[in-house]
Amino acid sequence: MTTTPPRPAVEIRDLHKSFGPLKVLKGIDFEVGQGEVVCVIGPSGSGKSTLLRCVDLLEEPTAGKIWVNGVEMTDPDVEIDAVRRGIGMVFQSFNLFPHLTVLNNLTIAQRRVLRRGRAEAERIARANLERVGLTDKADAFPAQLSGGQQQRAAIARSLSMEPKLMLFDEPTSALDPELVGDVLTVMRKLAEDGMTMMVVTHEMAFARDVADRVVFMDGGVVVEQGPPQEVLGAPKHERTRAFLSRVLDPTHVAQLGAPDQSPGASD
Amino acid sequence: MKLRRRQRERLSLGLQYLVFIAIIATVLVAADWDRLADAFFRVDIIKSMFPTIITVALRNTILYTLGAFAFGLVFGTILALMRLSRVAPYRWVATAYIELFRGLPALLVLFLVGYGIPIAFPEREIPGGVFGSIAIGLGLTAAAYMAETIRAGIQAVPKGQMEAARTLGMSHFTAMRTIVIPQAFRIVIPPLTNELILLTKDSSLAYVLGVTAQTIEITKFGRDMLNDRVNATPLLVAGLAYLVITLPLSQVVRRLELRYAKAR
Repeated sequence: MTTTPPRPAVEIRDLHKSFGPLKVLKGIDFEVGQGEVVCVIGPSGSGKSTLLRCVDLLEEPTAGKIWVNGVEMTDPDVEIDAVRRGIGMVFQSFNLFPHLTVLNNLTIAQRRVLRRGRAEAERIARANLERVGLTDKADAFPAQLSGGQQQRAAIARSLSMEPKLMLFDEPTSALDPELVGDVLTVMRKLAEDGMTMMVVTHEMAFARDVADRVVFMDGGVVVEQGPPQEVLGAPKHERTRAFLSRVLDPTHVAQLGAPDQSPGASD
Repeated sequence: MKLRRRQRERLSLGLQYLVFIAIIATVLVAADWDRLADAFFRVDIIKSMFPTIITVALRNTILYTLGAFAFGLVFGTILALMRLSRVAPYRWVATAYIELFRGLPALLVLFLVGYGIPIAFPEREIPGGVFGSIAIGLGLTAAAYMAETIRAGIQAVPKGQMEAARTLGMSHFTAMRTIVIPQAFRIVIPPLTNELILLTKDSSLAYVLGVTAQTIEITKFGRDMLNDRVNATPLLVAGLAYLVITLPLSQVVRRLELRYAKAR
């Protein structure tokens, strides 16, 4: 380790990832600075979720290097459990533990991984439930919550581990439209509190209002990135424009009946 | 006259009841009840079976069953984890074991454990005597069945559960133990109950190990009495004794499932 100025939260160099013959990521270079909020957008199959999952090593990169807070994730000897303690991950399908109450969902990793005592773990858990507006749901089971409540509980669960970096994998895609706002509000508050965040999302309004930087991916490469007003407001690239017009104005897609531009595979 | 649909249905159902009742009535009337009672329901013999059938036979049946179930559950879970392991030799060993022991009659395995192990290790004894031999002998077979059930249960837990646990910094082992396996066991409660009930009845195989008056279980006790009194009454009582175990068991499991339903 050299004593250089603080490394970015996430550093990715020439990342490739294939599933069998299918090349999903084709050479990604990418950074997330400390305290930065980066939104990754792009059509389905563009590799954005795979990129996010590679950061937490839920997918093993085929080639390339990844550092998180200066620790090389792609080092075969990396103490992966220790590094993951500093990274929070929020999934599209929430993945709360259905056999535990909300409170125990928030305390189990604190106790088993961080070795916190019950009282301390519960105090931290309740503080985080308050942060996401679920104080009254501590003793409920996940199945008794709405989708939006489940996702907020999942965010609180990650926050209870006091991560330095939060990864969000389409956190609102599985929610009914009227529940999306609660989750996005929690995420906006988190951003305002200075959390470093990498968010894969289809919520353009969130990207525009909250992100420091928007990254547009298509076909396994980063096509274009920059401040939201540039990427979303005045995209330089034709593929970005085509994608944005499909997302922002879906009833006026120009070439009706033309073959779908995005690859069929889901990410 | 044309019948309406509901009238036709009612008529059809009425005929079915009639046939059913006729069959029952014929059997009841035709049977020789006095001879039947004399062969299967001699009150004096029933009385003579108590309290030994409860204090010794029933108790031993329960002990053998629980011993074999506990052994099978622990060993079966290990086998299930081996079958799902990334380490290929673990998978091979577990698969070979499961295929072998599912294919062998429980009686044979019990015999091999009861007589083979003392021959192979003359200096040592199986801990727990007959109880230990039965727990291991029946448990070895039960483990093979339970391993496949538990493996299916583990695979039925969504992949996201393991991922969520790992992203919170849990090791694979901790995630398995605290997140995946508890959920898997809730899924496999019904088939495991089946296994427990089957074991209850398989405990009657204990006789091949030569049980004594202290280690006798329900079936052997019934058969001994049958030979002794030259009357089938003890078999009827033995059968009822098994129901005393299995019926409440089903109730308990039903309660357990209801309680877990909201945490799924």
